[in-house]
Amino acid sequence: MANSDPALTLRQVTHVYVNDKGASLAVEDLNLTVQRGEFVSLVGPSGCGKTTVLSMLAGLFLPTRGEVLLNNRQVKQPSTLVGYMLQQDYLFPWRTILDNAALGLELTGSKTRAAVEKAADLLAELGLPGSGARYPHELSGGMRQRVALARTLATEPEVLLLDEPFSALDLHIKLQLEDLVKETLRRLGKTALLVTHDLSEAVAMSDRVIVLAANPGRIRCELTIPDSIRQASPMKARQLPEFQPLFDQLWAELDAAEKAGWEGSESDEG
Amino acid sequence: MKDDGDWFQQREQLADKEPERVGQEQRSSPSDVEEVRSAWLDWLHRAYMRRAKRTTALVGVTQVIILVLFVGLWEAAGRNRWIDPLLFSYPTKMFRQLWATMSDGSLWPHIGVTVSETIVGFVLGTLLGTLLAALLWWFPFVSRVADPYLVVLNSMPKVALGPIFIVCLGPGFLSIVAVTLSVTVIITTLNIYNQFREVDAGYIKVVRLFGAGRSQLFRSVILPASFPVIISTLKVNVGLAWIGVIVGEFLVAKLGLGYLIIYGFQVFNFTLVLSSLLVIAAVATVMYKAVSALERKLMTGWREQ
Repeated sequence: MANSDPALTLRQVTHVYVNDKGASLAVEDLNLTVQRGEFVSLVGPSGCGKTTVLSMLAGLFLPTRGEVLLNNRQVKQPSTLVGYMLQQDYLFPWRTILDNAALGLELTGSKTRAAVEKAADLLAELGLPGSGARYPHELSGGMRQRVALARTLATEPEVLLLDEPFSALDLHIKLQLEDLVKETLRRLGKTALLVTHDLSEAVAMSDRVIVLAANPGRIRCELTIPDSIRQASPMKARQLPEFQPLFDQLWAELDAAEKAGWEGSESDEG
Repeated sequence: MKDDGDWFQQREQLADKEPERVGQEQRSSPSDVEEVRSAWLDWLHRAYMRRAKRTTALVGVTQVIILVLFVGLWEAAGRNRWIDPLLFSYPTKMFRQLWATMSDGSLWPHIGVTVSETIVGFVLGTLLGTLLAALLWWFPFVSRVADPYLVVLNSMPKVALGPIFIVCLGPGFLSIVAVTLSVTVIITTLNIYNQFREVDAGYIKVVRLFGAGRSQLFRSVILPASFPVIISTLKVNVGLAWIGVIVGEFLVAKLGLGYLIIYGFQVFNFTLVLSSLLVIAAVATVMYKAVSALERKLMTGWREQ
């Protein structure tokens, strides 16, 4: 992994949230590198700062200390190089499907006829041909999340940040979408960072899984996924013999991380 | 009558009448099953529609009966002196009055003035309120500073400001619109500003992630997401504007339905008072329905059930 062309880098990143109640440490001294084209998952107990990391990478806010780099350049504000997919689709109910998919194009001032046609093609590729004129409330949850993916991909980002995008879906739809997303991202050669609570999803989709510990958020350990699982689609990967031991190992790590987190928070208060 | 029986029974009877046709075809062929099923669904739907239609008709009939009873009782009470007709008048007297003023043309200017004042009042009130709400949203500091003043202004009975408007703006159209605006603007501002702030943070995040600035955020999320509330505020303002206009006309006007009411009161002509109220009720209903129709037209497509 000593590649010299990282897409994303976190260097000694610490973030503190400050509000009326006080200041709380969300993540501390985080170091992370994601190579171009790599698919990395972040798992960890709640309060380990997963969403904080994604928000900083997306440029929603700057870290209190340390550096967040995208293509070796500091991230200061949201850019079209980064696409972000949220847990819920947040499709605008007053816009048609195609207008929703073209939202990013409109906001970034790149809404040309060709770009909109491309967005329509993208919708078709994601299994929604000919539904551009419909409204979000006419679509099922899985279809809506596909539109959200199209909206994210339409501005052609190099890096995708996936913030539990499948967690609100039924298992059946979730597995379908995992396959679709992984296949699409691989085909387009995108770099991706996935935050998830679902350990089997993390193992099945990623090249690397990073386990975070909580209070404050920090990296606990890192698991590299063997090629056999990487090559398979997430659905098939779950049936490979290598899958279960990895899952168990991850489970044990997360269990330990959770316990360490409790002890950590207790000693913080004590 | 025939439609109300059990469908399967009816079908068997039909089958009995045409035994040859049924016998020739295979009973359980897929197309046959399909046909039976769709005919059954169709029958269920028609039965449902009949019941729904019957209920609607019953509601309508009951409404008419209530109206007829009310008007008839009023008429009888007035004519038979159960109630004082000088105070409460009665329907035929009112309609005669209305007919006379309509046919000699003296009623129309009053209606015209009042309706135009009301329309200007609720449209302007909604627009100004939305504008102020946008201002508060744009500058959170201003919003925090203005908050207690808005609360005080909102709880104050603003029609009491009427005399000041009359002194400043003169007795006429302008001060009546001003009274109307005083009734509508503050509450509109508060309602719409609250809606602006309640727009789901997820939508805002989506737009910010694409690097949108504050003005793009307002145009692409805040305003469209608040559109239903703005339209429903428009509907509320129709009612409020009528209050403002009538009170304003009580105070200053020489023309208008409010003026007719106050004039009727002064000359002790309660037939005039009540018939003017009747006209107001009719025109206000038409206006409300028009705004509802506008709402439906603007909201087609994206409104969720």
